[in-house]
Amino acid sequence: MGILITLLVAVAVAVALLQVVPLLVYGERKISAWIQDRDGPNRVHLTIKGVPIMPKGLMQPLADAIKLMFKEDMVPTKADRFLFMLAPVIAVVPNAAAFCVIPFGDNWVIASMGLDVNLQVSNANAGILVTLALSSLAVYALAFGGWAANSKFPLMGGLRATAQIISYEIALGLALISVLLTAGTLDLQEIVHQQAHNFTDWNMFKQPLAFFILLVAAFAENNRLPFDLPEAESELVGGYHTEYSGLKFSMFFMGEYLAMVSMSGVIVTLFMGGWSLPGIIDPGSLSFFHGPATVLCFVVKMAAVLFFYIWVRWTLPRFRYDQLMNIGWKKLIPLALLNIGVTALVLAS
Amino acid sequence: MASSHETPKKPDERPGKSLLDRSYLVEIGKGLANTFMHMIGGSQTVQYPERTIYDYSERERAIGHENPRSRGEHILVEDELGREKCVACLLCMAACPAVCIFIEPEAAPEDWKDRDRRPKTFEIDMLRCIYCGYCEEACPCDAIRLTPKPYTVTTSREERIYDKERLLKNNPGYQTPQRPKK
Repeated sequence: MGILITLLVAVAVAVALLQVVPLLVYGERKISAWIQDRDGPNRVHLTIKGVPIMPKGLMQPLADAIKLMFKEDMVPTKADRFLFMLAPVIAVVPNAAAFCVIPFGDNWVIASMGLDVNLQVSNANAGILVTLALSSLAVYALAFGGWAANSKFPLMGGLRATAQIISYEIALGLALISVLLTAGTLDLQEIVHQQAHNFTDWNMFKQPLAFFILLVAAFAENNRLPFDLPEAESELVGGYHTEYSGLKFSMFFMGEYLAMVSMSGVIVTLFMGGWSLPGIIDPGSLSFFHGPATVLCFVVKMAAVLFFYIWVRWTLPRFRYDQLMNIGWKKLIPLALLNIGVTALVLAS
Repeated sequence: MASSHETPKKPDERPGKSLLDRSYLVEIGKGLANTFMHMIGGSQTVQYPERTIYDYSERERAIGHENPRSRGEHILVEDELGREKCVACLLCMAACPAVCIFIEPEAAPEDWKDRDRRPKTFEIDMLRCIYCGYCEEACPCDAIRLTPKPYTVTTSREERIYDKERLLKNNPGYQTPQRPKK
């Protein structure tokens, strides 16, 4: 019975993640349009016998997906076929899998059926390490994709991606360490419980510097503007996915957005109290509605972080490559080290 | 007279060189605020081809509306009761140098006390029209006007021949104000 429930939760999360991607693409296009005083997609809609099923514009992601599916799937003649096929898969799988240890809700007690559902795919006791490991695996997709296409722009993109993600992973990890120092545990569910009672307990306010560093590093990890140098349309055509088309391209696209979703899940869990809302949604309630309420709270917080991602993307221009490396190695890493030192001193005293 | 040379400023006092300026945090915040104001500020889009910038409803954009006397597509004016003002006198048809107006008159209904005739069909071939405005000048009843709207998108020649219903609804903002009879 326990395995069955875990399986159900896992399938639900997988399906939900795949549904989030088109919504996120739609949201990105809408928000970018609003920022630029435009309307965004507002034509494609679904009407069955005069009854509007989907309002205008909401079917745009489906239309895009269908278009991508029917595009010619090209492989360059001199490409390394195996790696060329493998790269899009690597782009999607680890980024989706990174979500599996994130607790997206409290224990859901369904008294009438005698169930106690753990709203987390896997409660690994070093959960945050699993997320980090999986999300850094995704760089292989960019490196392989860039190298396998045997073309100059993808190669440049792949090189940049590798260097960038390695540099910013250090800052990301160091920022996490100071948070984990204050939390004293690697168990994500436990970290959420620690933040559940007061807004001031949120690590966002207890560790503002770590929050800032992690946010910046997360942007770089996910290749989002202002750090989207691996893609850099204006210099590298499309960066690592220049030579990709059709479904393979859309898998890269999906992987990028899944990485954003997973990363925002990490940010919400570690810094913004996860599924809890102090005073309103407290842990340990036995009500039937407790489970859905915590999930809803988590989703809203995640949406806020994703909105911030999109908002920043359409505000800031891209960094130059040397600026990127400067910020990573000369600013963020020393700051993160300083933060760890101060945190350790405060905790020890 | 004392030298007016300013003492050279230290590097940190030059504008844009302080630590806060070089971290760009303030400027990034300003940028985010700017884009947020745009986000809630509404859209500038005209929903072409349903609407064009020449529509009466878009006149506040002042694009294509600089000269209210510029001559574009026609409109048939309605009176206060929602009937077309045209009495089918055929003066516009006679005045038209391009021979693009075709009117077939018929007897007006009995209860229309103010006129004897009305147009059964009123067609303007927009492919032939030269937008000279003579029809507007010839009309004794202010029943036909030229609006500033220079074109409408159509996908066939047949659609370029506007019938009475089409002309009555063409750019409806220019129905008002009702001008006095000549």
